Amino acid sequence: MSNLMTGANILVECLLREGVDCLFGYPGGVTLPFYDVLYDEKVKHYLVRHEENACFAAQGYARSTGKVGVCCATSGPGATNLVTGLVDALLDSIPIVAITGQVSTKLIGSDAFQEADTFGITRSCTKHNFLVKSAADLPRAIHEAFYIAASGRPGPVLVDIPKDVFVGVAHYEPVGTIHLPGYKFSSEGHAGQIRRAAEMMWDAERPIVYAGGGIIAAGASGSLRELVERIDAPAVCTLMGLGALPSSHPNFISMPGMHGSYAANMALTDTDLIIALGARFDDRVTGRLDAFAPHARVIHVDIDPVEIGKNRQADVPIVGNLGPVLERMNAVLAELAPSQKARRSADRKAWKETIASWAAEHPLTPPVSDTEIKPQHLVREIDRLSGGDAIVCSDVGQHQMWGAQFLRFNRPRLWLSSGGLGAMGFGLPSAIGAQIANPGRLVFALVGDGGFQMSIPELGTVANNNLPIKIVVMNNGYLGMVRQWQELFYNNRLSSVALPGFPDAAMLAGAYGFPGRTVEDPGEIGQALDDAVRHPGPYLLNVKVSSFECVYPMVPAGAAINEMVLGPPKAAAV
Amino acid sequence: MLQTISILVENKPGALMRITGVLSARGWNIDSLTVARTLDPAQSRMTIVVDIDPVLRRQVMKQMNKLINVLQAWDLTESLAVRREMALVRVRTTPANRAGILRDAEIYGARVVDATADGFGLECTGPVEKVEEFIDAMKTFGGIDVTRSGIVAVSMESRRLRLAPPVQAGMNGAAEHPNC
Repeated sequence: MSNLMTGANILVECLLREGVDCLFGYPGGVTLPFYDVLYDEKVKHYLVRHEENACFAAQGYARSTGKVGVCCATSGPGATNLVTGLVDALLDSIPIVAITGQVSTKLIGSDAFQEADTFGITRSCTKHNFLVKSAADLPRAIHEAFYIAASGRPGPVLVDIPKDVFVGVAHYEPVGTIHLPGYKFSSEGHAGQIRRAAEMMWDAERPIVYAGGGIIAAGASGSLRELVERIDAPAVCTLMGLGALPSSHPNFISMPGMHGSYAANMALTDTDLIIALGARFDDRVTGRLDAFAPHARVIHVDIDPVEIGKNRQADVPIVGNLGPVLERMNAVLAELAPSQKARRSADRKAWKETIASWAAEHPLTPPVSDTEIKPQHLVREIDRLSGGDAIVCSDVGQHQMWGAQFLRFNRPRLWLSSGGLGAMGFGLPSAIGAQIANPGRLVFALVGDGGFQMSIPELGTVANNNLPIKIVVMNNGYLGMVRQWQELFYNNRLSSVALPGFPDAAMLAGAYGFPGRTVEDPGEIGQALDDAVRHPGPYLLNVKVSSFECVYPMVPAGAAINEMVLGPPKAAAV
Repeated sequence: MLQTISILVENKPGALMRITGVLSARGWNIDSLTVARTLDPAQSRMTIVVDIDPVLRRQVMKQMNKLINVLQAWDLTESLAVRREMALVRVRTTPANRAGILRDAEIYGARVVDATADGFGLECTGPVEKVEEFIDAMKTFGGIDVTRSGIVAVSMESRRLRLAPPVQAGMNGAAEHPNC
């Protein structure tokens, strides 16, 4: 049997070999040969309504499963539409392989119809990218792309394929090994440094574990939990790390940072040892960097050496995969434990009591009103139905921060949020990918009225595939987070943030063939959510919440994280 | 202070763009850059001279080493290394000055690579300071055109090249995911 195949067939062969069962995309002129092969449905293709959402959906798939997500777009506008999704995946370290069509090799550089320099444009938007010049080169490029996307610090990889490469023929030989001599990442971590770190953990009086998305990427949440319990240290999880430690864990404080809890930020300010695990001291966490954790020594474990010492110098830097590193660290901690645990138990108890007193002083409490639905109340209601087990895909803004504050997550890969890039319009399409990857699971798209209106076209994708996503729009009629900043820092001059004229939810969803509803009575919200969840298919719930609620605590830009604004300025006494 | 960075890179399209991208993303201007194949035609050696904020130097080196096509990037700024530059200078002059040009060329160890009725083509190689002094000397004889190569550098310290081993293909995808 001849193994002479077209590039398009070779591509599908390689995708199958990588175990790809579905991809999200949008066809076009130069990808026609590929879509002709997809017609045979060896790999399921989900047609989205915009290429950016193809990438977000692939991310929903990848973030909720840990597997590589695949998206596809045509040349020119298709490829440029992917860019936001690629940068989003890059900043949050999400493994994505993006396949783009390109004009024929002969036409590249001639301003041909639907030509864009995708290879150049996406150079800085990806972990790596490829321009494939012949069908024979395709297998190597595809397998290298998957390897690069999934290994080390995960990230998006783009493969740009000209039309003549799709239709060109080559002898297909499965690629045995791939060799990328310059692609080095260390896995184990330095044994001596791990021992030093372990000793430091026992030496510290007031240690705190600061866990980020790296724990989730490494699948190391079990080891994280073991470490936290072993040294009995309190822990914070970043926006990207929520779920790395179960929210119900007694040592878990909350998310830290700009909208972190009072207790988390005070603990980070007062700690004498930060144990940073797969976190990157992002400016939203640290606030003013030179005032961040002034008394702390720092242990920093990350697979990416670039992150170490980037924002905060590490006293004990460890470059390695958190899986094996934490395993070894736990072993060393156990070895040291008999002599150390008793010595430190009193300190740990006192430290936890201090944190508990901070938490009691300024707890995260959702306000509830009889006359209007408070946004925090809405999040609590979602949490009641989730019980820490639903996947919640958020958009970006106030609802995202309230979600991070008030939702519980019993395990990783349940909270899907655009963290680093903060890309609005992420919520609904990522929920599509997550629901497809997790057909039996309850999936919420918790979105604002701003971000939702960026992704409304995807209601079509939801309807076509009858995806039982519960779309909950936290509708305050404003671009809430921008409005909040204008209120607090720009004399309440509300410039271009009002969003009047939100469509009628029942009619909008109805137009797509599934139920929708608008709620504004706080007495009805619980029942309305129950009904939405009980409905077997998709559901759009538009929840009108109070317009002028702000997210607190808030660390103003340029302030130290212990300089929080804890609530609205008190009204003058009459 | 200018930094000298030496980079061993896979000879692949786009590799140069990735490396300069690390610098241009921060708005830094490259002082000079040279690239050519090494003994192994699959690899190229680059020498980049750039003014990097000292605080960010380590960070930038790590970012370059992180690039998939980069086999190794070294900061030669403070290490034992030989740095050389070449300038090709075209001098237009009068017959009266010809002897003077040849005398100065000899002083700087420059070679005549072309001679015409209205001037010379000269090649000067050496440390940057010497090349610049030679150019200044030539300016005194009349109008000149100069093309400089930029610095090439070679480290005199022994450096071990650490490379990643080959891996099995097709092991990192969405395998064993039954739900879709």
